[in-house]
Amino acid sequence: MSIKLEHVNYIYSAGTAYEKHALKDVSLEILPGQFVGIIGHTGSGKSTLIQHLNGLVKASSGAIYYNGENIYADGYDMKGLRSQVGLVFQYPEHQLFEEDVLSDVCFGPKNQGLSKEECEKRAREALELVGFPEKQYHQSPFELSGGQKRRAAIAGVLAMRPKVLVLDEPTAGLDPAGRDDILDQVRYLHDQTGMTVVLVSHSMEDVARYVERIIVMNRGEKMLDGAVREVFSHYKELEQVGLAAPQVTYVMHDLQERGLPVETAATTVEEAAAEILRVLRHGKRSDT
Amino acid sequence: MEMIRARELVYEYEQRDDEGNVIGMNRALDEIELDVRPGQFVAILGHNGSGKSTLAKHMNAILVPTGGTMWVNGRDTKDPRELMSVRQSAGMVFQNPDNQIIGTIVEEDVGFGPENLGVPTEEIWRRVEDGLKSVGMLEYRTHSPNKLSGGQKQRVAIAGVIAMEPECIVLDEPTAMLDPVGRKEVLRTVQELRKRKNVTVILITHYMEEAIDADAVYVMEGGHVVMQGTPREIFSRVDELKRYRLDVPQVTMLAEELRKGGLDIPKGILRREELVQAICRLS
Repeated sequence: MSIKLEHVNYIYSAGTAYEKHALKDVSLEILPGQFVGIIGHTGSGKSTLIQHLNGLVKASSGAIYYNGENIYADGYDMKGLRSQVGLVFQYPEHQLFEEDVLSDVCFGPKNQGLSKEECEKRAREALELVGFPEKQYHQSPFELSGGQKRRAAIAGVLAMRPKVLVLDEPTAGLDPAGRDDILDQVRYLHDQTGMTVVLVSHSMEDVARYVERIIVMNRGEKMLDGAVREVFSHYKELEQVGLAAPQVTYVMHDLQERGLPVETAATTVEEAAAEILRVLRHGKRSDT
Repeated sequence: MEMIRARELVYEYEQRDDEGNVIGMNRALDEIELDVRPGQFVAILGHNGSGKSTLAKHMNAILVPTGGTMWVNGRDTKDPRELMSVRQSAGMVFQNPDNQIIGTIVEEDVGFGPENLGVPTEEIWRRVEDGLKSVGMLEYRTHSPNKLSGGQKQRVAIAGVIAMEPECIVLDEPTAMLDPVGRKEVLRTVQELRKRKNVTVILITHYMEEAIDADAVYVMEGGHVVMQGTPREIFSRVDELKRYRLDVPQVTMLAEELRKGGLDIPKGILRREELVQAICRLS
């Protein structure tokens, strides 16, 4: 289930005054079962990049392989690819349109040509996976709260049983508890089903908490690609491209500068607290 | 005189069934009291559906109270004769920039507001330039807004409000779609406007860190104001905030964890520097 990009370029409005090189020579591979975060400043090419992953946007040059098959080859089953790689757009609740939640979630599998029973089975399964309460299945999607709408929209993609789930800023506009709910649910999905998850986010704190690998985009190019701690250790470079490290990482660096012998790699509150406590307790013991 | 003042403000709307029959009333805002002085920076927090945006919409008379009164710059928003002055006093920036941009060229979009106010052409250009400069979008002045990313569009929308030179700016989750530096830029822009022109700022946000520089923080729940105070007072009540589906800044959370771990760290720490000093005192 790997997705491999080789030297992908994407240029839009070529030959006009607005020509823009949105992706520049991007090569990367997303392995089965990975939980990958993509970060980058606004306009860095994140959204363009993920729209390549299911063939929604076609590269101007370069190649993309899904499970080793070139998706741009003649006769490639693009429709099949789109049900394998499920894309959840920003503000996906704007795309809800059916009379009730269950019918809305059935829309994807229905387009895959499945029977009514099978559609409903998958829709129920998907709604359950995102923790959507059954008593609201027959409610209009427009009457739901922000967080519930978003769950319903994500379920609509999951109902197609994708192998890869790509989420473009799934927590934008949600309150703090709503953000945690959605991301905890995505992590649960990932852990339960072994699904590959690609998460585009502007929240460094969220990325630090949930993903195992981070890809950093800058002006259409892949700038960094590595484990969470590794990527955030480049915080100075990240700042130059409109990003940052999580706040706690800065605290650790400040403490080290003041002479406290802490490791600076912490990227979450829990890691930072554990490290500070370790150093302070150790310090006190050695005094006595 | 207060820039924004609400007394016993109530907003109710009818709830209808599928046939359109009224089946009850929904009270979105319940007896809100609010006093914002000119030049103040006020943050409003609350979970989705708590009434924040409904309150914001009262500040430039998109909605008017069904009970009680809202005054903007001394003008009763219920009075139709005051509508234009209310809207000129309080400019709004919404969450989704796509719903706010109408021009086909960035500078045209930013100039739309002042043009409608009848501002002379030369003055419009000055304001357009000033507005775009303060949001860091001057180099895009001749671009089409369609080609901009969400964050860039939002900065253009803010420039459009700035160009109307309002006394008060109400921002309803303006940074929900921006990257970290974009968020900082927008907040810095807003702060500068406040200092330079004494603009009153009402910021509605889901990012707790954005509220730490506010003069006052209001927390809403179920159409009520349930907490009110300085950022330090509000963010020292971690458990209460979590009950309202909110959070505290990450630095405050770390301080809280360290206190739980037995360290003698004061409550209500908001900034990195404060936390670092508190920890260093212990080592």
